[in-house]
Amino acid sequence: MVRVAFAALIFATVAGAPAFADDPIPVTLQNHRFTPNVIHVKANESFAIHLFNKDATADEFDSTSLKVEKVVSGNSDGMVRIRPLAPGKYPFMGEYHSATAQGVVIAQ
Amino acid sequence: MLATLVIVFREVIEAGLIVGIVLAATQGVSRRALWVSYGVGAGVLGACLVAAFAGELASLFEGSGQEIFNATILLLAVCMLTWHNVWMAGHGREMAREMKSVGAAVAAGQKSLLALAIVVGVAVLREGSEVVLFLYGIASQGGTSQSAMLTGGVLGVIAGAGVSALMFLGLLQIPAGKLFSVTAWLITLLAAGMAAQAVLFLQQGGYLQFLQSTVWDTSWLLSQDSIAGRLLHTLIGYSDAPNGLQLIAYAATIAIIMGLTRWEHARHPRGSQIPNPV
Repeated sequence: MVRVAFAALIFATVAGAPAFADDPIPVTLQNHRFTPNVIHVKANESFAIHLFNKDATADEFDSTSLKVEKVVSGNSDGMVRIRPLAPGKYPFMGEYHSATAQGVVIAQ
Repeated sequence: MLATLVIVFREVIEAGLIVGIVLAATQGVSRRALWVSYGVGAGVLGACLVAAFAGELASLFEGSGQEIFNATILLLAVCMLTWHNVWMAGHGREMAREMKSVGAAVAAGQKSLLALAIVVGVAVLREGSEVVLFLYGIASQGGTSQSAMLTGGVLGVIAGAGVSALMFLGLLQIPAGKLFSVTAWLITLLAAGMAAQAVLFLQQGGYLQFLQSTVWDTSWLLSQDSIAGRLLHTLIGYSDAPNGLQLIAYAATIAIIMGLTRWEHARHPRGSQIPNPV
């Protein structure tokens, strides 16, 4: 019964196309640094970051405060969808190169 | 070296805690070590495959392949944990009795071991693929010396396994009569936390775009970035800022497991299924 319910959930979610936020914010990761590394967004509205990884190796866009983790392969791109945020500062990092790959989302 | 140690430690401990709970939950079942090692082995293999094909995986489902994959394997683990707990409700007493007779093979117990081996495999796969990608990145970069990286990685594995082993040994201090009810609760909360995490992945993938606002924020009390916060996140799904749908998934998973457990328990009334030797 549980399995049927979960299978139904998976099918229901897979069947529909994923929702895309309007105008994702482009962010580039190069030499293990984000550009821009300060991102201003409106509070209480969902948004998406379109991350272009120009490095040769993968990195993980990771933020516990934004509640996202997404691996983006080397020389590839990925969409990072972020839920509506209360006003505040939300740091994020490239987890595999956290010494340099640091940034912050400011919601206001 | 330290960065490598920290990241490997973090991933190993997250998988290790789950392995520890599974080992405690199957205390006394014959051949469990074999099944758990199958799970770990399959997980490591899967982690390498996922890391190797990360780009291809991500491009599926209009760029949401990674999120769908993570959510699917988490929900698979939730089903297996549920199945184990429900199965234990029906056969736990029988098993506890057979544990006492030396070398008794619990034939039916093998089925539950398969479910838990899948859970172990999923845990190792998820955390392992991150370790593989991370180490591969450093290795191909060449900046850090390879030996320092290897040292950090090995120390991370040892430290992570050590902490997991301590938790497992701690669980074994629980008297045998209560061990299974403690592990049943741990497994229920583990499953609930995984269900909530699966919801987060689906939302990140662009699905289930409702009830997304944060319901409460306890990051001032216990940040999810802290070690305790991370451990609790792995063990019971602690989130310092859960959203509405995550909370519903968490509560629904607990309710479903408890409901099915009671139903199964009622189907196996004391003494009717199992002749009492005393």
